[in-house]
Amino acid sequence: MATTVPGTSTGRFGIYGGRYVPETLVAALDELEHAYAEAQADPDFHAKLDGLLRDYVGRPTPLYFASRLTEQLGGAKIYLKREDLLHTGAHKINNCIGQGLLALRMGKKRIIAETGAGQHGVATATVCALFGLECVVYMGEEDMRRQELNVYRMRLLGAEVRGVDSGSKTLKDAINEAMRDWVTNVRTTHYLLGSVLGAHPYPAMVRDFHRVISREAREQFLEKEGRLPNAVIACVGGGSNAIGAFYEFIPDKDVRLIGVEAGGRGTVLGEHAARFQGGAPGVLQGAFSYVLQDDAGQIALTHSVSAGLDYASIGPEHAQLHDSGRAEYVSATDTQALEATVTLARTEGILPALESAHAVAECIRLAPTLSRRDILMVNISGRGDKDMGILSRELNLKGA
Amino acid sequence: MPIRFTSRPGLVAYLTAGDPDLAASREIALAAIDAGADVIELGVPFSDPLADGPVIQRASERAVKNGTTLGNVLALAGELRRERPDAGLIIFSYYNPILRYGLERFCTAAEEAGVDGVLATDMIVDEAGEYLKYLHQHHLAPVFLAAPTSPDERLEKIAAASQGFVYAISRVGITGTQKALASDAENLVKRLRRYTDLPIAVGFGVSNAEHFAAVGEFADAAVVGSALVATIEQAGREEAPSSIARFIRGLRQPELQAR
Repeated sequence: MATTVPGTSTGRFGIYGGRYVPETLVAALDELEHAYAEAQADPDFHAKLDGLLRDYVGRPTPLYFASRLTEQLGGAKIYLKREDLLHTGAHKINNCIGQGLLALRMGKKRIIAETGAGQHGVATATVCALFGLECVVYMGEEDMRRQELNVYRMRLLGAEVRGVDSGSKTLKDAINEAMRDWVTNVRTTHYLLGSVLGAHPYPAMVRDFHRVISREAREQFLEKEGRLPNAVIACVGGGSNAIGAFYEFIPDKDVRLIGVEAGGRGTVLGEHAARFQGGAPGVLQGAFSYVLQDDAGQIALTHSVSAGLDYASIGPEHAQLHDSGRAEYVSATDTQALEATVTLARTEGILPALESAHAVAECIRLAPTLSRRDILMVNISGRGDKDMGILSRELNLKGA
Repeated sequence: MPIRFTSRPGLVAYLTAGDPDLAASREIALAAIDAGADVIELGVPFSDPLADGPVIQRASERAVKNGTTLGNVLALAGELRRERPDAGLIIFSYYNPILRYGLERFCTAAEEAGVDGVLATDMIVDEAGEYLKYLHQHHLAPVFLAAPTSPDERLEKIAAASQGFVYAISRVGITGTQKALASDAENLVKRLRRYTDLPIAVGFGVSNAEHFAAVGEFADAAVVGSALVATIEQAGREEAPSSIARFIRGLRQPELQAR
């Protein structure tokens, strides 16, 4: 069991985060950190980013009052933050536009990315098409099989999708392969990492590109309800949509922040991706955070019906929010997520991604325990079109 | 500390411990030392070797699968130390197995086993506060990697934090063999030399007698890893020690390698 607090560098969230990478990458991380700091101070960068988010991506997204779901559950008022309505169908594009602009500033013409569910891969391929950049996406072969529509979308957009057949053939293995590419082509290539994971500055930078979710939601609640919600619920794989949905509410101590991990099909190591229930602090792929691992420090295999949550570690800022108690982390099983998908589809006509359905499942559990005066926000991080294959196999819908 | 290079270039031999199994690793390491390796790097197998190419990835996967742990590797180091008191012994690991074992507990065990130094692939000088504290307490030499992309101010820090030798990466990229030695290597060694009198070992892609001799022109030692691991993979368990011995002798005497 790790008892020591490692590291002394910047880029920490409490004791978590840092930079645990091969030396070859440090100069590129420094370059990125520098470029990002310069861009942050440049009004022109913000004007470009905000313009694209408005006109190309489709921000702001609606905060929608789900009246039929609220009525059916008979408890708290439920609002949905509709990131699923963004261009490409998920929140991932917020970060891709931001990092794409940074790549242009750094003069890097080749982009690599990893993807789990394919949403980040599609968003990256989209931004590369928009900016005229070469794009290579690494994806586990298991994920390519279960999210084949997104594989086709990426290829249609001009990206090269490279299958990864090591380990569990999922997100973690795709990140390993992307890191190997980056360490080899670091002088010409920007690694457009898709979550609040990896070495500093990625977790803070990717968070900043998604903060817009909670910034908008906070204003929308004040406008619609004249008050803030009692709780914000989001699913957590790496944790990018969750940190985006939480961040501006962190100082509002009365707003509960609830992250929902993938409970998979059981509590045994290997059957789930609930890092805070089965994991221990460790280092994986550049950062110190909670990691599902065995007693020898080997990273565990994970399982979730949703490829986007199927990952052995979690963003380091979530580790800090967990330890400090500011955010709560629960899990929803594969079955609960599948049931929540159907419930939301049939009460509201909204088909969430299987990832987002984990947040809906927690909402379905929690709402009836609260009073009608309470308000919940669920972040619908993506839409479920990509999951049609899985849904048709997993659900035996009558007449479907 | 017996990290010393008796001829130029010296040879640092990397082996993935537990591939094909621990008993075989012991015989292979002894054969490598007897054939002229100055330092043995015992690689701790890891499930996610993101700095490694396909050869070491496969070796690591085999060793993880047969249950090889950091504890086993430390025990192996202890046996090698008893058998060959003069060989240099380095533990080469990704950081997580060390962290899980416990940094202080690891350093205590490594010192007891007679290990000379530690190289953690994903431990950079900027993160090394605690790490260096415990390594120093237990008289273990920290070996850091220097890369062609490292600017001079980092090379200075890397040189200052390293003991035993500094490991200069010959090129950007992952471990693995290559046809020609990159021109990056010589330039890096020159830049590094300004900051240290320690021996400088060049690794990544050093895979035959020609590369080995070329490294000797500008550096103190060469690290050979993937080429040895590939030799073990091809030779099979029984033949591996003699194949490794032949390979290592062949680095210094090319006519032997041709067999």
